Amino acid sequence: MSKTETETHDLGEAGAQLSTAPKEETAVGGPTLGVVGWIRWFWRQLTSMRVALILLFLLSLGAIPGSLIPQTSADELKVQTFKNAHETLTPIYEKLQLFDVYSSVWFSAIYILLFVSLIGCIVPRSWQFVGQLRGRPPGAPGRLTRLPAYTTWRTAAEPEQVREAALALLKGRRFRAHTIKDAVAAEKGYLREAGNLLFHIALIVMLVAFAWGQLFKSEGGKLIIEGDGFSNTLTQYDDFKSGSLYSTDDLAPFSFQLDSFTGTYEKNGPQRGTPRTFEAAVTYAEGGGADKKAVIRVNEPLKVGGSKVYLISHGYAPVVTVKDGRGKVVFHGAVPLLPFDNNITSTGAIKVMDGYRDKNGKKEQLGFQAFFVPTFAGAGKGDMFSQFPALDFPVIALTGFHGDLRVDSGLPQNVYQLDKSKMTQFKDKDGNKLAQRMLPGETMTLPDGAGSITFEKDIKEWASFQVSQQPGNGLALAGAIAAIAGLSGSLFIQRRRVWVRAVRGEDGVTVVEMAGLGRSESARLPEELADLAVRLHAQAPTAPEPAEDDPADTPAGDTADTPADDPAATPAGHLADNPAGHPANDPADNPADDTTDLAEDPADDPAEAEAEGAEK
Amino acid sequence: MNLAAVSLAAETNESLARMSDVLIYSSMAVYTLAFFAHIAEWVLGSRSKVGRTAAALTATDTTAAAPAVTVQVKQAGGAAVLDRPKVVTRSAAGTRDVPDGPGAAGGTVQGDLYGRIAVSLTALAFLVEATGVVFRALAVQRAPWGNMYEFSTTFSTVAVGAYLGFLVARKNVRWLGLPLVTTVLLDLGMAVTWLKTPSDQLVPALDSYWLWIHVSTAIFCGAVFYLGAVATLLYLFRDSYENKLATGGNPGSFARSVMERLPSAASLDKFSYRVNAAIFPLWTFTIIAGAIWAGDAWGRYWGWDAKEVWSFITWVGYAAYLHARATAGWKGRKAAYIALIAFACFLFNYYGVNIFVTSKHSYAGV
Ligand code: HEM
Repeated sequence: MSKTETETHDLGEAGAQLSTAPKEETAVGGPTLGVVGWIRWFWRQLTSMRVALILLFLLSLGAIPGSLIPQTSADELKVQTFKNAHETLTPIYEKLQLFDVYSSVWFSAIYILLFVSLIGCIVPRSWQFVGQLRGRPPGAPGRLTRLPAYTTWRTAAEPEQVREAALALLKGRRFRAHTIKDAVAAEKGYLREAGNLLFHIALIVMLVAFAWGQLFKSEGGKLIIEGDGFSNTLTQYDDFKSGSLYSTDDLAPFSFQLDSFTGTYEKNGPQRGTPRTFEAAVTYAEGGGADKKAVIRVNEPLKVGGSKVYLISHGYAPVVTVKDGRGKVVFHGAVPLLPFDNNITSTGAIKVMDGYRDKNGKKEQLGFQAFFVPTFAGAGKGDMFSQFPALDFPVIALTGFHGDLRVDSGLPQNVYQLDKSKMTQFKDKDGNKLAQRMLPGETMTLPDGAGSITFEKDIKEWASFQVSQQPGNGLALAGAIAAIAGLSGSLFIQRRRVWVRAVRGEDGVTVVEMAGLGRSESARLPEELADLAVRLHAQAPTAPEPAEDDPADTPAGDTADTPADDPAATPAGHLADNPAGHPANDPADNPADDTTDLAEDPADDPAEAEAEGAEK
Repeated sequence: MNLAAVSLAAETNESLARMSDVLIYSSMAVYTLAFFAHIAEWVLGSRSKVGRTAAALTATDTTAAAPAVTVQVKQAGGAAVLDRPKVVTRSAAGTRDVPDGPGAAGGTVQGDLYGRIAVSLTALAFLVEATGVVFRALAVQRAPWGNMYEFSTTFSTVAVGAYLGFLVARKNVRWLGLPLVTTVLLDLGMAVTWLKTPSDQLVPALDSYWLWIHVSTAIFCGAVFYLGAVATLLYLFRDSYENKLATGGNPGSFARSVMERLPSAASLDKFSYRVNAAIFPLWTFTIIAGAIWAGDAWGRYWGWDAKEVWSFITWVGYAAYLHARATAGWKGRKAAYIALIAFACFLFNYYGVNIFVTSKHSYAGV
């Protein structure tokens, strides 16, 4: 049979279909039918709850190595350092794709299988759920006393009257209710199932959005010195990464210029040096449109042309002028330096590549190692580290080299470092290596008429930006919101059934029986049933006990006290019902599992926990 | 320098910060008193009520169906007007129908007195600790969640607050008292020794209202998941104990004394399920809020950073737990193990990732 039966077989039809969870396959071992049989078997395994559980396990297990081993996607430099340090591990890791866990074949296999399983689970469950919505709650089981919550009383009202009242009452409580034979069958809480399906569908939406974003995203970094500009083309980027389906034609046409960068810092107290504001004032234009002004802050990217421009870091770019021996300016410009501490002590390299000739007129290149502090501690006060991040007492220290910078060697060069393998350091008259500490405006003269370098008074700041384009963000967010909504429905709503049976007893008095069934025992189910019983009882009050003289004294409870398990208490006509109710054509199911399923209740419990929260 | 690691920091008011420290130390002293009161409760509590579980288990063995439990429906104001039906509930067949233990006090007056003293002291310590956290927030003029010291103090405050909340709501949770107070002392001990960070520490890139949303829900989830984990662990002990009795085993007198006073395995299991299931959607929200924040601050909402990875692993772990409970052959003890593993992942995300793994979430500096 196609119906789900993870619960209460002994209730037969009445207990079935309370959820759309797939049928548990307890039988192990493959099928005996050829290829189609195997495929069907494999598919059924893949879409079973157990395999979904195992795949979830594998997914979390598989995610672990990526958090412990450096990942190319996050930090290529660190991966390289790791590779250099671990000669034996590296080839093994590379083979296992452990430097790219989240795009590796095996990790992808896990989540793709999981999502195939998920889709294979959702589609039939959705149809089943639609079927349940179109159908009507199943009729009352033979013996209502077997249900987790039960109550009964005798009334003078006619059975039809009681059933009508019950139908109206349950419908008023937004149960789906109808009358079958001698009983009203009602069901409520379909939103639980709907929420559960919504949650699982939302997971797929989120995966699709994520994949979409990964395939079509682009991310580029650009360092800009105050006064300089940037236009969004590939060649302008310092570094650029993009998804495999990204085409550079998709780069949005916009440009911007860094007008000024402002960093302010706490001047006094224990928080001295703590940044107060970082603001990059920019002028930007979109697709040749008019210039607009904007300020980019750390948590406030500039949104332009479908891209976002984030402020990532900042530093100083001292302006230097280099002249050759004849006084000709061979280099003039701002040189961005790389900060390495919170007070922006910075290092970098000044490279003079063209136009310089030594005193003999021979073409040569110059290189300077620069060490810069925005706030100098004062001469003789320990190492040259900055005392404060702002430009209070800027000092630069330079050492000069001449020779070949090897920029044409074909190897990518770090702009902040000198390759000194073909360079010779300048020496002064006494043969000491030339190094000089300079204040703004000062000039260092190179020995033997090799020229000079001037540290100009105008010191610029630079800021680096990340330009990101990632489609699918809105879809991911929508999926996330739907997932939370669905999950709340799935975990906080209880799906339950209520039956009200009214029949004429042997003595001619009407016997009313009410019973409730949730996905399990629940403290709230009996409460709800009691509440319904109280309402119904008001319309069909307890009939006087024939044995009692004084009807006013008769506690209704007495009748209800009938032990639930006493079959004599149930109307005789129903004793004939099959008590086992175990579907004969479902041998794979394990009765023990089914019964324990009753004992737990995903639905009502958290709702109660929530109610507790509300009480506080 | 990395701008993401910097932001508006507030002026430190040093005297407030010092007061906060004093309050945290004082709360530790009061928690210690509560700890001893709990010990007294367990020691003086009755050990004589042994055998209830065994009796119940043998009773279930002999009767075919579980005994019916009568639920008293709310009574109307009237005296003799009892004209409303009673609802009878049945335990599902196949579950053990075992009564809850009487609690640590074991029904003795003296034990109960110490238990009440312990709870009162815990409530006092909670107030002192919470004030300490608030003072810390005032001292640094921001959310007091900038480093591990601050996380740890807030974390234990919230855990104790949740426990007291359950007590106020008249839930049967007094059995949580001793394990909770013990771990709170450990947590605070670690906070004031290894994780202590002066309040004038540089404050990193937390200048966003997402800090309030994301970090507060994360701490709340962790604290309540912790209560669930304690219940799960006790469930496992109590379940083995009941299994042993049901199969005719004879547990030692210490095990008997402790286990008999705990709630039944079914109650513990139910409590941990409720807690975990109720928090799971909030944990989902926490991760999503973090992703939105990351999108604002770093230009990508998900980048498989170590912190993100372990949040994800924790989430999948709890999802697996929820699934396991709906899967034949996995419910019960196996599901409980999964819940414990999921909580261990949460803990690793906190201690392990912050201390041993370099992560973009550098703000969580020790
Ligand atoms: C992406 C991975 C998945 C996650 C994170 C996930 C998560 C969840 C959660 C949190 C619940 C609620 C549990 C409850 O109601 O007690 C649930 C229920 C359920 N899940 Fe999944 N699920 C995933 C994949 C799957 C797959 C692949 C299947 C198909 C076999 C599946 C089938 C179900 C079913 C049938 C339920 C309902 C269980 C019940 O009503 O008790 N799930 N899932």
